[in-house]
Amino acid sequence: MKARGGRILRTALGIGLFLVLVALAWEAFKFLGGDPWRLEGIGFFHDPPFRVLQANDRQLPHLWEIASALAQPVQRNQDQTLGQFLIGAALFTWREALIGFVLGALIGLALASIFIHSRLLERAFVPYVIASQTIPIVALAPIIVVGFGRGLVAVVIIATYLTFFPVTIAAMRGLSSPDPRAVELMRSYAASRWEIYRKVRLPAAVPYLFTALKLAATASIVGAIIGEGPGGVPEGLGRAIINFNQQYVSGPEKLWATIFIAGLVGICFFLVIQLAEVVTLRGRGGSASRA
Amino acid sequence: MTAVRLADVQKTFPIPSGGETVALEAIELEIGTREFVSLIGPSGCGKSTLLRVVGDLIQPTAGSVEVNGKPAHQARLDRDYGMVFQAPVLFDWRTVEGNVRLPLEVMGFAPSERDRRVREMLDLVELGGFRSHYPHQLSGGMQQRVAIARALAFQPPILLMDEPFGALDEMTRERLNTELLRIWAQTGTTIIFVTHSIPEAVFLSTRVVSMSPRPGRITSVIEIDLPQPRTDQTRESERYFELVTEVRESLRGRVSSSAARARAEGRIG
Ligand SMILES: Nc1ncnc2c1ncn2[C@@H]1O[C@H](COP(=O)(O)OP(=O)(O)OP(=O)(O)O)[C@@H](O)[C@H]1O
Ligand SMILES: [Mg+2]
Repeated sequence: MKARGGRILRTALGIGLFLVLVALAWEAFKFLGGDPWRLEGIGFFHDPPFRVLQANDRQLPHLWEIASALAQPVQRNQDQTLGQFLIGAALFTWREALIGFVLGALIGLALASIFIHSRLLERAFVPYVIASQTIPIVALAPIIVVGFGRGLVAVVIIATYLTFFPVTIAAMRGLSSPDPRAVELMRSYAASRWEIYRKVRLPAAVPYLFTALKLAATASIVGAIIGEGPGGVPEGLGRAIINFNQQYVSGPEKLWATIFIAGLVGICFFLVIQLAEVVTLRGRGGSASRA
Repeated sequence: MTAVRLADVQKTFPIPSGGETVALEAIELEIGTREFVSLIGPSGCGKSTLLRVVGDLIQPTAGSVEVNGKPAHQARLDRDYGMVFQAPVLFDWRTVEGNVRLPLEVMGFAPSERDRRVREMLDLVELGGFRSHYPHQLSGGMQQRVAIARALAFQPPILLMDEPFGALDEMTRERLNTELLRIWAQTGTTIIFVTHSIPEAVFLSTRVVSMSPRPGRITSVIEIDLPQPRTDQTRESERYFELVTEVRESLRGRVSSSAARARAEGRIG
């Protein structure tokens, strides 16, 4: 019980510590090479010794500027704050990603299940599965949009496309991971292939699947964000990034805030999968006792 | 009654680089119901292969395997075999109880009957207090006992055991030997038991079959006429030592005579 919660806590703490270090490096960079600091509130003024282009207030706004932008209206004369807007957009994108993630995971598991039972199909199709991943997503996204029309479906397909591959490969490894003797044991019980699959292969594949699902979780978010542009879906983070990119000169904080929120969504999704992993695998020992 | 009848069984494996390994050749063996037969012989002489042929996990290249009066394949479908391997081969996502229950689930026993048998088997191997433990929480000997309980749970008429105690220390091994004999007497199964230990083979068996490698053949079958039940006194009796010596010589005799033959044919040094 303690060890279980401990692992999630450690991951969360690790991520937190990492973010703090990034924040410190960020502000240290600005302290050395940014624009002059004028913190009227606490009467702090500082003129950095150097001027570095990448550290000025336009390229790299202060973190507190980004944070305070979250509380300001998203557009002039609108009630909604940037923070509210981004949370809404993040949830929207997460939903797209989640659908793609679930579909991709199911497709990956199904493909792997077929491939491990048929050497012929494995030989015939696995090269295509691998080749599919060499097509850059930015090239593929417009093609998918042409094929399926603008809208949610195209975005979900792009998220699915990024998800199914790691799951296919990991599931193939996991499903064929049981000790051959474990399979012989089942055969000695006159168990059917299906029973061997359900009672031996699938449970043995679970740790492998979770490793892939954690990768897939973040990949599905990336897929959804990338897909929203060509997919013409305006409600999510992808479109927000494009819009705020165009408005960068007048408000660089908005783009940065969006990027942080996008990262946060990925981290949260990852942690959710890890929580599921820890709960599912509790009790299992190390690989030493694995059958 | 005959439990297992092997008639002129041969098994060859193709070698990827060409040619073949003759793992078993001209195996003739008849094992009676409720017998305890040990297979002994140097590494690679085909003991595991013989066990797998009997259990219909692999097909013999030639010859016939009859189990309880039917082909081995039918016997497997009839669930006549319980298997125990050298390693426990437990499923780490299942508790001790869950592991013992596995064959009962596959074979469609009713839930109440499953629970009853699992409890009974765990008591038999004295692991009643560990039913909710996971395999990694048990010692090697305890894991092996779980594997034995699992093999016995559906009361198979034939138990095939491939070096089940190979990885254990001498003390644990002797204790498990005694337990196995108690279970054998209690359940009335026929046991085919592979071991590398001559004393173990003699202590446990009604007959000891010694084998020679390449090609794997049966070189001798030694009747073990020690009284039942076997106890710690058995291990100290004179007859026991005589039989241990006899088995040892049957194994060594083969080695020296074949080496002599090899030398005569100019194959060695
Ligand atoms: N699946 C296989 N493919 C090819 N050759 C095999 C296969 N299984 C066994 N053999 C060969 O058959 C011979 C007998 O192997 P087997 O495993 O039966 O020996 P063993 O008597 O059980 O040895 P050990 O005491 O080391 O377990 C060996 O030469 C081995 O290389
Ligand atoms: Mg062997």
